[in-house]
Amino acid sequence: MKNRFNKIKTIEEAMKHVTDGCTIMIAGFGGIGSSYDLIQAIIKKGVKDLTLISIDAGDPDVGPDHIVGNKQCKKLITSHIGATEAAGDLFNLGELDIEFSPQGTLAERIRAGGVGLAGILTDVGMGTVIEEGKEKISVNGKDYLLETALTADVAIILAEKADEFGNLVYSKTARGLNPLMARAADVTIVDAKEIVELGEIDPEDVITPGAYVDVIVHGEGDWTWGWQ
Amino acid sequence: MGLAVKEMMAKRAAEEIENGNVVNLGFGIPQKVVNYIPPEKKVFFHAENGILGAGPAPEKGKEDPDIVDSGCVPITAIKGASYFDSADSFGLVRSGKLDITILGALEIAENGDLANWMVPGGLIPGMGGAMDLAKKAKKVIAITTHTDKKGNPKLKKRCELPLTATECVSLIITDLGVLEVTENGFLLKELFYGHTTDEVITKTGAPVEISNNLRLIDYKEA
Repeated sequence: MKNRFNKIKTIEEAMKHVTDGCTIMIAGFGGIGSSYDLIQAIIKKGVKDLTLISIDAGDPDVGPDHIVGNKQCKKLITSHIGATEAAGDLFNLGELDIEFSPQGTLAERIRAGGVGLAGILTDVGMGTVIEEGKEKISVNGKDYLLETALTADVAIILAEKADEFGNLVYSKTARGLNPLMARAADVTIVDAKEIVELGEIDPEDVITPGAYVDVIVHGEGDWTWGWQ
Repeated sequence: MGLAVKEMMAKRAAEEIENGNVVNLGFGIPQKVVNYIPPEKKVFFHAENGILGAGPAPEKGKEDPDIVDSGCVPITAIKGASYFDSADSFGLVRSGKLDITILGALEIAENGDLANWMVPGGLIPGMGGAMDLAKKAKKVIAITTHTDKKGNPKLKKRCELPLTATECVSLIITDLGVLEVTENGFLLKELFYGHTTDEVITKTGAPVEISNNLRLIDYKEA
């Protein structure tokens, strides 16, 4: 495999970008679509005071919840922690700050961050605790909440396939937040199940153009799901 | 014996779904609705993690770890299904392409306010996609027991728990019957076999109007 853009690296090299206090996006839904190997590497590195942005606190064994449970986060921005106990316990102990965002709003805040917008206007959450402390903006006589865009220092992405430039293809429902987070970080690190030569991915099939991708690693991703 | 109560509620909810509808099912009893869609109806089930056209569970041993529903349970994709990212998934909901969402409830107010995501002081699981779905689906159907485990009404004048969305529920299917949320409050339209209007009135925490064409639902033959 050629490496003309110097994007293909080892997991250890990729971890240089993950530092104490950084804001990190980890894609995946209940661990599906999350990079197991990169999450394990973050745990191994032991970085602290992370602000973690993820759609949920994941599956306790394979998702980003692993990092939360390892007490490496000071803040979690998410839509759901119900699947696991670690985040809730730390929150109740006052050791973790949690910002809940409705799932569609969270996705759209990340999308906005990735396409150079400062925020979005939505009526989801109006009349609920979600509107507390948020600016309301009236458009054509109707009120909306201003939800600010989210960006990160690092995004952790799982792709089915990457080429040398970082063009990405995902797999089925493992897509989730991956393409959105891939655009929203200063450094986008991709764990690709397969790395192929330029031209092997049909341009029509590319979901994330390679310009968004900074680092490509090849993880082994070997784990067992609860139902297996 | 007729169907178990939860099955009857799911079967009744399935009657609301029409051919070609795009439908999202919440956790619990709503997930049983899929079992009561007649084969002549082609329904596209949406799972917010990124599929339209969610199909039944695969045979054991044939699960694909990359095809799951929003509960991370392995499913299949039906013919005509599509995959998309989370923004597209909720874009579809917000822009009015989701015909029906069927959700569980902790409390429902007579104006259609819904509370189903948290109990203060208790576990805070997070709202997941519930706020988006309840606020933006074209039709929100709540399936819930009429009272909580202590016997307190779940249908009331105002919700006391933190809201999921305001004025969103239009139809409520309980273990006693079916109520519509109208401009004047709860309207009892149907009763499950074995229950009475008096029972519904007693167990509801707000006034209940009784429909002139009250239907008695008897699934005993089912």
